[in-house]
Amino acid sequence: MRIVRSSTLMCILFVLSAVVMSQISPKPVKQRNKLAASIERGKKVYADQCLTCHQADGLGVQNMNPPLVKTKWVLGDKKQLIEIVLKGKKDGVEIDGDSYSNVMASHADLTDLQIADVLTYVRNSFGNKAKAITEAEVKTVRAKLK
Amino acid sequence: MNLQLGRLLGCVLLLSSVSFYACAGDTTSVNKHNSADDVVLKLPEGFTAKVFAEGLGHTRHIAVNTNGDVYVKLSNLKDGKGIYRLRDTNGDGIADNITGFGNIKGTGIAIKNGYLYFSSDEEVFRYKLDGNNNIINPDKPEKIVTGLLSRHEHEAKAIALDNSGNLYVNIGAYSNACQVSDRQKGSPGMKPCPILDSAAGIWKFSADKLNQTYGDGVRYATGLRNVVGLNWNTATNSLFVMQHGRDQLHDLFPNLYDAKQSAELPAECMYELHQGSNCGWPYIYYDEFQHKKILAPEYGGDGKITAGEDAQDPVYAFPGHLAPNGLLFYTGNQFPQKYKNGAFIAFHGSWNRAPEPQKGYLVAFLPFKDGKPSGDWEIFADNFSGSPELTASGRAKHRPCGLAQGPDGSIYVTDDSKGTVWKISYIAK
Ligand code: HEC
Repeated sequence: MRIVRSSTLMCILFVLSAVVMSQISPKPVKQRNKLAASIERGKKVYADQCLTCHQADGLGVQNMNPPLVKTKWVLGDKKQLIEIVLKGKKDGVEIDGDSYSNVMASHADLTDLQIADVLTYVRNSFGNKAKAITEAEVKTVRAKLK
Repeated sequence: MNLQLGRLLGCVLLLSSVSFYACAGDTTSVNKHNSADDVVLKLPEGFTAKVFAEGLGHTRHIAVNTNGDVYVKLSNLKDGKGIYRLRDTNGDGIADNITGFGNIKGTGIAIKNGYLYFSSDEEVFRYKLDGNNNIINPDKPEKIVTGLLSRHEHEAKAIALDNSGNLYVNIGAYSNACQVSDRQKGSPGMKPCPILDSAAGIWKFSADKLNQTYGDGVRYATGLRNVVGLNWNTATNSLFVMQHGRDQLHDLFPNLYDAKQSAELPAECMYELHQGSNCGWPYIYYDEFQHKKILAPEYGGDGKITAGEDAQDPVYAFPGHLAPNGLLFYTGNQFPQKYKNGAFIAFHGSWNRAPEPQKGYLVAFLPFKDGKPSGDWEIFADNFSGSPELTASGRAKHRPCGLAQGPDGSIYVTDDSKGTVWKISYIAK
């Protein structure tokens, strides 16, 4: 058996506990509940408004509707992402050399909260991990479009 | 120990699922397995499928020359090439000489009178084949038609040729249902639909004149939302097409259609065309359960009101959203008699049935007698997806697209997902 020096042990313990701590409380409880609630509502909006084209698993449809998995639009600039939902899109995205022939209509009839929720859901599903989008952020982008 | 037990169990499960497929063979037989992937096609008794070639990318339509050379058209370049010639020099049913040429991507391809025709999304070209069936000047195809509309949606220009020097080109509608704002909930249908002047139909051109544009062609048939599978039927001497029916009845009209109705409506229709044919898009769609042409909801329909008295009825109606991408009338002598002059249809598989399970990813057969369907359609080749679960989720491993018949009477099927080409033959006597 090898003897482990106590300083090394302490070190390992310290790192371990830091990892555990960061896992349990990165945010206040209230904020986490808020995020979970937004994702929950967003899931319903997604099922109603986006699922037919982008599919239940977010992987889209070959050469028709693009995937929503770790794309530069989903994970990138919030303003640009909000604009896609408000204005629709048909300029032709290219992902890994594939293009998509369908068009995405504007979803400006959704409320600011619905858009914030659906995008928060998308940014936290299908293997994505990105900051939530707030109602206020959608409101700001919508105001600038008018 | 646990891990080993798990592995053992996994093995047993795998083995039993393999033997399940094998057992299913009292009505179906399986292909000789010569491919890198694990998909085994299910075919009627007496038929066999070989992977003729694979890994070719987005292989769309396919044409076979009289000497057996197979040509596939790619909608994305593979190693910079848009067409591949697959040659089986030793006759074992597997291509052993594969060469690519041309740097134009697209869908359509056909061989006629010593020329290889093919299309991009805007143009139609052809190559001359020499006495040894090789392409003369692979870098310089002749341009037959130019300047065709291609606006994002339904952009593929599928082609067919008749025996009188004419070329037929699909120009799909750049729209779902001709709404003022495409696919936008609440946006009304435009009346008259302005798209019909330059798209949503089949245009006819000369097969031998260079650089033709819209002005040189005629609109042969109209009111077709999008056609990918089309074939000249030599028994009737007429053009048959498969229309891709409209999408999103529930998304756009949730008060009129529930998700299940939206998954099943409208039918994917086969039409026989003549000069001046009108198939009714965007004003109507065909309901295969009511057997009626129904007024589209964008034009005031409610799912029951009929319309389209001036539009022709389909020759046959298949289940909704299966996406017919290939059509072939069988003229060979290799398959049993019931297949003669019947139609094979490659169904690419649905997406617009979500959230209901997806369907398709199969090759169907529809028997014909005296130029008309003489029975119900049946599944000819199945399991392109890999499993019933992969069909339901829409994550099919392979998606059938193009069909062609070889000089020996075998048929070829392309897959535009992974670029597999199968050769299907009848071996039982
Ligand atoms: C009618 C089908 C359709 C619907 C419904 C639809 N989209 Fe799209 N979406 C598309 C298409 C097609 C594109 C690509 C357009 C292009 O090529 O310019 C796209 C692009 C996108 C993109 C950017 C590209 C990417 O893959 O990251 C995002 C993000 C997106 N959609 C999110 C949504 C969300 C959220 C909804 C629901 C509110 C939605 N879409 C509804 C068809 C659709």
